[in-house]
Amino acid sequence: MCLGIPCRIIEIKGLKAKVDLAGVKKDISLRLLDGARLGDYVIVHAGFAIERLDEEKAARTISMIEEVIG
Amino acid sequence: MKYIDDFRQRELALGILGKIREISSRKANVMEICGTHTHSISRYGIRDSLPPNIRLISGPGCPVCVTSANDVNRIIAFVRKERNVIVATFGDMLRVPGSGSTLQEEKARGSDIRVVYSPLDALDMAASNPGKEVVFYAVGFETTAPTVAATVLSAAEDGVKNLSVLSLHKLTPPAMKALLDGGDVEIDGFICPGHVTAVIGAGAYGFLSTRYGAPCVVAGFEPLDALLGLHMLIRQIEEGRSEIEIEYGRVVTWEGNVRAQGIINEVFEPADSVWRGIGTIPSSGLKIRDAYGRFDAEKKFQMDAGADVEPAGCMCGSVLKGLITPDGCPLFAAACTPADPVGPCMVSSEGTCAAFYKYRKVVA
Ligand code: SF4
Repeated sequence: MCLGIPCRIIEIKGLKAKVDLAGVKKDISLRLLDGARLGDYVIVHAGFAIERLDEEKAARTISMIEEVIG
Repeated sequence: MKYIDDFRQRELALGILGKIREISSRKANVMEICGTHTHSISRYGIRDSLPPNIRLISGPGCPVCVTSANDVNRIIAFVRKERNVIVATFGDMLRVPGSGSTLQEEKARGSDIRVVYSPLDALDMAASNPGKEVVFYAVGFETTAPTVAATVLSAAEDGVKNLSVLSLHKLTPPAMKALLDGGDVEIDGFICPGHVTAVIGAGAYGFLSTRYGAPCVVAGFEPLDALLGLHMLIRQIEEGRSEIEIEYGRVVTWEGNVRAQGIINEVFEPADSVWRGIGTIPSSGLKIRDAYGRFDAEKKFQMDAGADVEPAGCMCGSVLKGLITPDGCPLFAAACTPADPVGPCMVSSEGTCAAFYKYRKVVA
């Protein structure tokens, strides 16, 4: 039920979008997400994008890990 | 894959594990409240690589599992009685054992039960079957609730009259509170669910740190997320802090997805809900508001209460509360396997028993 895998938006038509997940294409709804843009990576749950991924914060988490390890 | 491979680097995983071992001195009972965490912790063997003073406990984070026996039996009784309905639901629900039957068995006997991937599929089904009533049997947490609410809004806009929802949604923070209030299980900190929190926002756990002194870390699902999340939590426990921290910053914010929250609130209001193993928790569920009452299956149909009987011998209730691990159940991997599950915790891949089974060590 919870895919939880980041999918890339490859097409937007109104509140509908197509995402790509490692080559598999899926139709999803954008009704739950404000301001989604082409090329964004989103978390898809039960056919809806529920959140967008933030690239800068992803990089920050990796640096946090490197800092912890020292 | 972007955002995946980076968070699976083995060297870094071993590095954090080493640091966790280094800083950990106190006993720490850590509960994770998300079936997907339960699954990844088992999959990557994280439980066994931790020092013995850190105990990982799985909480009530699998939506299929926390659905009460009463509700499972209620829907089975409903499909037996109502012949002109299509019941649409997520795949795992078909195999959940009720008292003496499952939806899958009812389907084999001729009831029209269909698996959907999204609640929107149920809406399409209603449009293409105008002579039938479609009931969406909705289980799930705060991640699923907005998808169902958005579907109800679409149905209202499209003037669809033959779709209704049996809302068995459950809310995470009230369950965490109930576990702490109940006091049967010792919890020193929580690993909070990444995607539930993407919707509700990390601020929703504030009362746990302030009123209960329970540290919380919101973590993602890749191995490095789980490990960094644990490191952050163990550090809090060691330093005697109880704060809310976000490990999964690439998805989770403090305020959450405000648009999704608005859509949930438009369609639903909080209501008491019965959880398997825990019982009734105040304001831990969602019911459809009167304004959308025509989409409420409980108003549209007579749905009698089902038998409130747990499958014989099954200890899912104790597993869900974190009182025992699945290997503490005598039926585990003997009478109860994923191919022939006795209880719901063995059905869903998010279930604790299924996760333990899949990744168990088989001693030759
Ligand atoms: S192993 Fe099976 S019977 Fe035992 S608690 Fe888990 S689901 Fe229930």
